[in-house]
This record gives sequence, structure tokens and C-alpha cells, in this order.
Amino acid sequence: MTDITKGAIAPPRSFLSQDAIQLFYRLLAALLICAVLAVLSDSFLSLGNILNVLRQASLTFFIASGLTLVVLTAGLDLSVGANVALSACLAGTVIHTTGSPVLGILTGLASGGIVGLVNGIMVTALRIPSFIATYGMLWVLNGLTYWYMAGETLHGFPAGFRQIGSGYLFGLPIPVYLLLVFLGIGTFFAQRTVWGQEIYAIGANPVAARLSGIPVARRLLLVYAVSGTMAGLASIIFLSRLNSAEADIGESLTLPAIAAVLIGGTSLFGGVGTVFGTFIGALILTLVLNGMNLLAVSANWQPLVTGVIVILAVWLDMKTRRRAQ
Amino acid sequence: MSDALRIEVTSPTPLLELRGISKEFPGVKALDDVSFAVYPGEVHMLLGENGAGKSSLMKVLCGAYRADAGEFYYKGETVAIESAADAQKLGIAVIFQEFSLVPHLDIAQNIFLGREPKGRIPGTIDRRKILADAKRVLDTIGFDIDPSTTVDKLGVAQQQMVEIAKAISQNARILVMDEPTAALSDRETELLFALIGRLKADGVSIVYISHRMAEVFALGDRITVLRDGRRIDGVKPADVTPEQLVRMMVGRNVDMTYPRNFADKPGEVLLEVKGLSASTGISDINIEVRRGEIVGLCGLVGSGRSEVARAIFGADPVTSGEIIFDGKVISGEPDLAARRGIALIPESRKSEGLALLRSVSDNLVVSALKKLFPSGLFDQRSAQRTADGLIRQLRIATPSARQTVGLLSGGNQQKVVIGKWLAAGSKLFIFDEPTRGIDIGAKSEIFALIDRLVAEGAAALMISSEQVEICHVCDRAYVMREGRIAGHLTRNELTEENIVRLGMHHA
Repeated sequence: MTDITKGAIAPPRSFLSQDAIQLFYRLLAALLICAVLAVLSDSFLSLGNILNVLRQASLTFFIASGLTLVVLTAGLDLSVGANVALSACLAGTVIHTTGSPVLGILTGLASGGIVGLVNGIMVTALRIPSFIATYGMLWVLNGLTYWYMAGETLHGFPAGFRQIGSGYLFGLPIPVYLLLVFLGIGTFFAQRTVWGQEIYAIGANPVAARLSGIPVARRLLLVYAVSGTMAGLASIIFLSRLNSAEADIGESLTLPAIAAVLIGGTSLFGGVGTVFGTFIGALILTLVLNGMNLLAVSANWQPLVTGVIVILAVWLDMKTRRRAQ
Repeated sequence: MSDALRIEVTSPTPLLELRGISKEFPGVKALDDVSFAVYPGEVHMLLGENGAGKSSLMKVLCGAYRADAGEFYYKGETVAIESAADAQKLGIAVIFQEFSLVPHLDIAQNIFLGREPKGRIPGTIDRRKILADAKRVLDTIGFDIDPSTTVDKLGVAQQQMVEIAKAISQNARILVMDEPTAALSDRETELLFALIGRLKADGVSIVYISHRMAEVFALGDRITVLRDGRRIDGVKPADVTPEQLVRMMVGRNVDMTYPRNFADKPGEVLLEVKGLSASTGISDINIEVRRGEIVGLCGLVGSGRSEVARAIFGADPVTSGEIIFDGKVISGEPDLAARRGIALIPESRKSEGLALLRSVSDNLVVSALKKLFPSGLFDQRSAQRTADGLIRQLRIATPSARQTVGLLSGGNQQKVVIGKWLAAGSKLFIFDEPTRGIDIGAKSEIFALIDRLVAEGAAALMISSEQVEICHVCDRAYVMREGRIAGHLTRNELTEENIVRLGMHHA
């Protein structure tokens, strides 16, 4: 046998993984924003405000966590906001007619999951690019919701149900507990399960993943169904928190969720990113908006600032990655 | 070998000379004080293993890289090559392995892309003139085709001719070709060699990068060998033997005959393909592979070899016929085939075999996730241990299992692709061009590995355009022609002549 010693070009590689470094920077950025706001505004560090930030961030996170899995496979789900609206309206109707919050919650989750599954079928069986399939779905869901609601508003739900979105447990808002639970589940699923690993592999190279024996279509179905179900979950929390449902509540949800995913370091090209990153992304986004409110900056500036942060975060990621290659 | 192509180089001043070229990237010295001269009308062979610096030198030549140090002389006078425009002005053109043609434009538009003759109405192209000009250029290289044919209708060889025509139309005097025969059939290779002969006669110099020994001696007037970014030697083909060249390239002695311990008696039938047809153009394929065997699948590029491999693996839908594996009729997607013990090592390992941005470890365990973690719970540390074991077993040259796989050399990447199926415990290995783009040292390691696999009871079906390899390594071989099995060759009948005879079109 011959001996091969040459071949590998070996850049020095730190013992921390690329993912860990990127998360570290993001946490640092979030802390920096906190420090700046604490100095600029007296009310930022108040307990009430911090809990408010966490509650807000959790709403974005629920939608964005499922979306993260989709983006990890190099896909996109543009229908999440519209899905939240439809699911909230259906769940609200069921609670009103049956009086049972449990049935309502199940309806919301099922409606979200089914919409996700249909997205998945369009992407896998019909081979429609996810961007287009879910964009179409956005319009279809909007159409359905507007037709179904016919301009009406559902409101007034049982007090027990309203606890989910507005209640407290040991001094913390209930959505914050849900946030911690789903952050744990999402991270565990992505990092510590075979399915999670397969999702990363699909995003990194779908052709190679298929030829490596990964059931690509089944995993994609799963990912879109999870994204839809998480939208369903978000719809329940919205419904409970707002104590009402209208056809247009989803319209301002999709773009911030995508922003949280991108600020969190998940690459639109797939294969790179973490659910924890998305949590920090949602946190940074909420902190900045919260800070602008506290500092009495006009709300008109918020979209612009969000856009700049997204571009900055993605650009910095690309720069550090390129250096690592 | 064709001596007629070889003319004596008499011109004393080189057309282009590079002196002391160095180029450094963070952590790697890609070129280290390399000198290199091209004389008018010669074919200058550039040899070296992957990573030796051939591509870097080529990129310096065409202005894609700026050299950190060194001088350029054109016909004895100092010049600078700092951009693609500089290189083009000096008449240097590069034909890369990946062509740079626009598929939906026609041949004429591709040849004159960016230099189209203007029509009378501003913003339009003079169609008649561009077609006539293209026809003239195509005639000079002896390529008889309608210049209004769109490029996506052309085969690889024809696209290469268009690239050459484009270079000639820009008055290229130095043509750099990167493994131009890698994707060509024997017949197409002959046509290319004839064209190179004609270009030489017109005084065009050719810098030719090759991994194939036969070509080096058939075509070369001069050989420059690179190793680890340094120029090792410049020689004439008449003064060296292939073995000497290999030693210069790898810096040590390499056994050029591939190791193979043929078993006296093959084992039981592992794969039986009966009357297999698929929509990808293969029909009525009958193949049998036994344990302990390496069975060759040869034929021209495009004869349907890869399509047979993909159909067996479930990657393309089968329209009729049966695949019997390990006694059971099988069908379905690649995940089912993989779970049953079939492995496909695809032809293009970068786009189909690996997730280039993921780690060596991630790539090594990807096909074995279910087997390693039957509970469905993944453990990074345990995955890394499996990967470390494979890295040692296959001697994959990588600083660690966490290295990004895209940074490894071609040979080591190929070992990773094979390694993932070892981890999965596959029984049948289908290799599609397993040695393409791999240097000689790594080649013999890969063959030794395949030999060990089949000796331990696995079986291999091997597609290769390198007939020498098939003849050395295979127990027997099937030869394909136009989507069908044209013949079967036993160990005794397995010669290059027989493979070519069966694979040729009889039109």
C-alpha cells in the first residue's frame, strides 16, 4: 500500500464550532442592545417591560421556530401569517359554538398542521418551489379566511382560555413558559435526533441527501407540517391574548418571523442555522422595537430599522463564513 | 502513438515565459517560485497530482489570480498579467472543464458573446454577419455544424469545440486546456487530438493539463511536472518513462498496476437484473453480480451506464423489468435501496455525493444514521467516534473529523463518499467513475479498498471510462451501447480492444 499524507489543506480550526461562534456573537449583540437601552431609558429595566419583551418575542418565536426548520431545508414558508389568521378564526368559532377551549385548541393546531401538510405535498409530490407554493397558499388562505369571516370579528372567550396568552405563573407570563418548552423541543429535535440531522443534510445538498438514502420527500412533508402546526399554536396564543379574531390578524406576522430566522443566523440556502439562533433573532428584533417605543421614536421607522438589521446580520454571517472557508 | 503530431521545437524565444511565480493563500503556498515557458506551436503538458498547483498556475496565466511575485515575458519582453483583459490581449484563452457557454443561445451568439456585430437598428445584432463569421471560425477548426444551433442541444464534445472556436475567434495564440478529454469518448478524443494537431501547425501553443499518461506521451512536446506548488522538472517525452513521471509527481514510487486478489470462485448471486428498462433511455438490461466479484460496466459516455446504476439504486423510475437483490425483488426510492444494502458512489461526488459545507463526520455518518442510532436519538460524540474510526481505516487525510469536507482533496473526498456506505454496512457497491479527477496515489488506494471490500463478501459494480482500470481490476464486464447491453466479457476476454469493439457504434 502507498501512503497518502498530502491532500488536506488545513486551516487552523478553533475547537468551537462555527454555529457556536455565531450564537455567541448574537447573544453578545442582544446584551449590547440591552445595555444601551438600559442607559438610554429608565423604564427599560423594569420587570414589567422585560416580561413584555419576552412575551412579544415568544409570539414571533413560535411562528419562526417552525419556519426555521423549513429554511434549514433551503425552503421558505410564506403562508405562516395567513395560516395563523385562518387557524385563529376556526379555533375561535369552535370555542364559541361548543364552549370547549380544548376542542378549539385542537382545531387550531389541526388546521395549522393540515395547511402545512398541503404545503409539503405541493413541494414534494408536485415539485413546486416552496417559495411559490406557499406564496400561492398565502393568497388561498387569505381568501378562505375573508370569505369565512365575512368582515365579522369573533370576541369574548372563556376566562380560562384567555389565561394562555395573558396569564401569569409564578410571576412569569405563560407564553414565556411555552417559549422555553418549545425552544427546548426545537433545539432537541434539530440537534439530537436523527430526523434533525437528516433535515440539515437535505438543506446542505438535497441531491446528495437523496442519493445517501435519506427519505427526502417524507422529511420535507414533516418539516412543512411542523411549520404549519407551530403557526396553529401561535394562532391559539394570539386568540387568547387578543381575546378576538379577525381575518386580517396574520398580515403583519410572516415578515417579522422571516426576519427573526435570518437575524438568528439561519441561511436561506439551507443546511446552516439553529432554533436557538432564531430565538435570539426574535429577541433582538423585539428588543429593538421595544427600545424605539420607549425612546418615543416614531413607529414609522420600525420597518426600516428591521430591514437594516436583517441585512447587517446576514452580511456579517456571510463575511465570517467566507473567512472560515 | 502518433509521431506525426510531434514537430521539433526550433524557435529559441518562448512565446510566453513565467519566471519565479509565487502565489500564497492563507495557510497554503499554492505556487512557489514556479518558472514555465511556452514555445510557439508546441503542446506543453502540465502534470501534477490534485493540489500540486496546476489550477493555480492556470488561473495566474489567464489573469484570474494575481501572482504575489514573479515576472511575465511575452516574446522576450516584460508584460503584466493582472486581469483577464491583460491575458486576453496577449492571446491567452482557457478552456475550463466546466464550460462557460450560455445554454439557450446559439453557437454563433456564444462565440461572439459581448462582441456581436451591430445591426442597423441600434441595440440589434446583425444576424447575417454573426452567422457568417461564426461559420468561418468553425470552418477553420474543421467543425461542421450549423452555427444557429442552440448550445443546449450539443453534446460535451461539441460544446468543447464551440469553446475552442470562441478562443480562436479572439485570436488566441496560447490555448490552456484543463483535462479536455475527461468527458470525451475515444472517438471524440481522436477528433480533438486531430484538431490540436491542426492548431499546432498554425503556430498556436497549447498548455494541456492531463491525468492520463497515454495522452501525455501521444501529444506532448514538453512536460512540466508540478508538486506541492513547486516546479519539479521540465522534460521531453522521449527522455522519460511513465514510471519516472509518476515518481516526479508523487515524490515516491507508486505501483501503477492496481492491486487485486482475484478469488478462485465467486460467491452467491447478490444482484440480478432482469429485462430492466427505464424512462432514462435504457432498455432490456440483464446483469448479474455475485459476492466477491468486481463487475465492470463499460461503454461510451452516454451509452446508459450511469442510468443503469441509478435505476438499480431507485434514483430513476423503472418502467419494466425486475431487480432481485439478495433473493428478493426490490423497487422504490433510494432510501429503500440503501436500507437493503445497496450503495451508490455517484460520478460527480461534489454535487451528488457530498454536502461540501458540512463536516467530514457529518458526511461519513449520513447514510448510517438509522443503523447507528436505532432509537432515533442522535449523539454527536458517538457519530464522531464512528467517523474517527473510518478516517483511520480509510486513511482519510484530514486534520479532524470536524473539518469541512469541501476542503479535502479529490481522493480524500472520494474516500468519504465510500466511507459513508461502509458505515451503513452496504453489501453491493455501485461505483460510477470512482477515480475521476483523482491522483494516481489515491487511485491505487481506492482500488485496494474495493478489493478488500469484495474479499470480505461484498460485491461491486464498477462503471469506468478508464478501460485500463476495468481490465486490471474487474472479474468480468458488461459493455453497453446505446442504452443496451452489447456484450459480456469474461476475465480472459477482458481487453481494451474487446471493450472498444463492443462499445463502438456500427453505423
